[in-house]
Amino acid sequence: MGNGTQIGRVRGLGAGGGAVVHHWWLQRVTAVASLFLVLWFVFSLARLPSLDYASTVMWLRQPLVAVPMCLLVVSVFWHFRLGVQVMLEDYLHGSKRVIAMLALNFYTFALAALALFSVLKVALSAG
Amino acid sequence: MASRPIAPPPRPLSPHLTIWKWRVHMAVSIVHRVTGHALAFGAVVIFAWWLAALASGPTYYRLFQDIVFSPLGVLVGFGLTWAMFQHMGSGIRHFIMDSGEGFDLATSRRMAMLTFVFSVLATLAFWAFVLLGRGY
Repeated sequence: MGNGTQIGRVRGLGAGGGAVVHHWWLQRVTAVASLFLVLWFVFSLARLPSLDYASTVMWLRQPLVAVPMCLLVVSVFWHFRLGVQVMLEDYLHGSKRVIAMLALNFYTFALAALALFSVLKVALSAG
Repeated sequence: MASRPIAPPPRPLSPHLTIWKWRVHMAVSIVHRVTGHALAFGAVVIFAWWLAALASGPTYYRLFQDIVFSPLGVLVGFGLTWAMFQHMGSGIRHFIMDSGEGFDLATSRRMAMLTFVFSVLATLAFWAFVLLGRGY
């Protein structure tokens, strides 16, 4: 496999075939989304009159809470998966990196599935 | 059959973390990574656990509350809130640097300092709002 053409290298589409640019860009897109969604989340939580079970469920059940919460899960989990990948690529090599990347993907998808399912279960259950 | 080449002796590595005088730009950079990972493996687990407890019913949620609102839990929450605001601040610094701005030494130093000032003040303000506003 070569190093690509000169114009390809100029465009940043070298050995990574554009995947590096894509990674970098998605990290920024999810960073902007997470910035707004996390600010919304922590300030909504702080402004709730109580964090007991009943009032939290009542709050999470609203469409304008459940939907941003699902978006927050996707954005934040995607963002940290990209960030942890960069760390693993810096510090781990060979088979260790492969195993760590597998573990990272399992961790991200398992927790994201749990979080999304939980939001939907609360939001869609009859109250 | 070609013999397997003998691996060359390991090259000397630059003592990159020990040789430099620590400056705030270096600190904010490594702290960005450390706080990001604290959030990815700390805050994210608590967040998913919180949602799962809500979906599992009042008994499970009570257990979550007992652990997270314990003194140790609040201390961890305080630390993770700081990590969140610090990562947010240094993340905004990265946006500014992505646009090509703020690379002269004075501005770079000021922006790096500002992320720490912001994260400490925002954390204190947030917890003052939570604790005083709700009267726990």
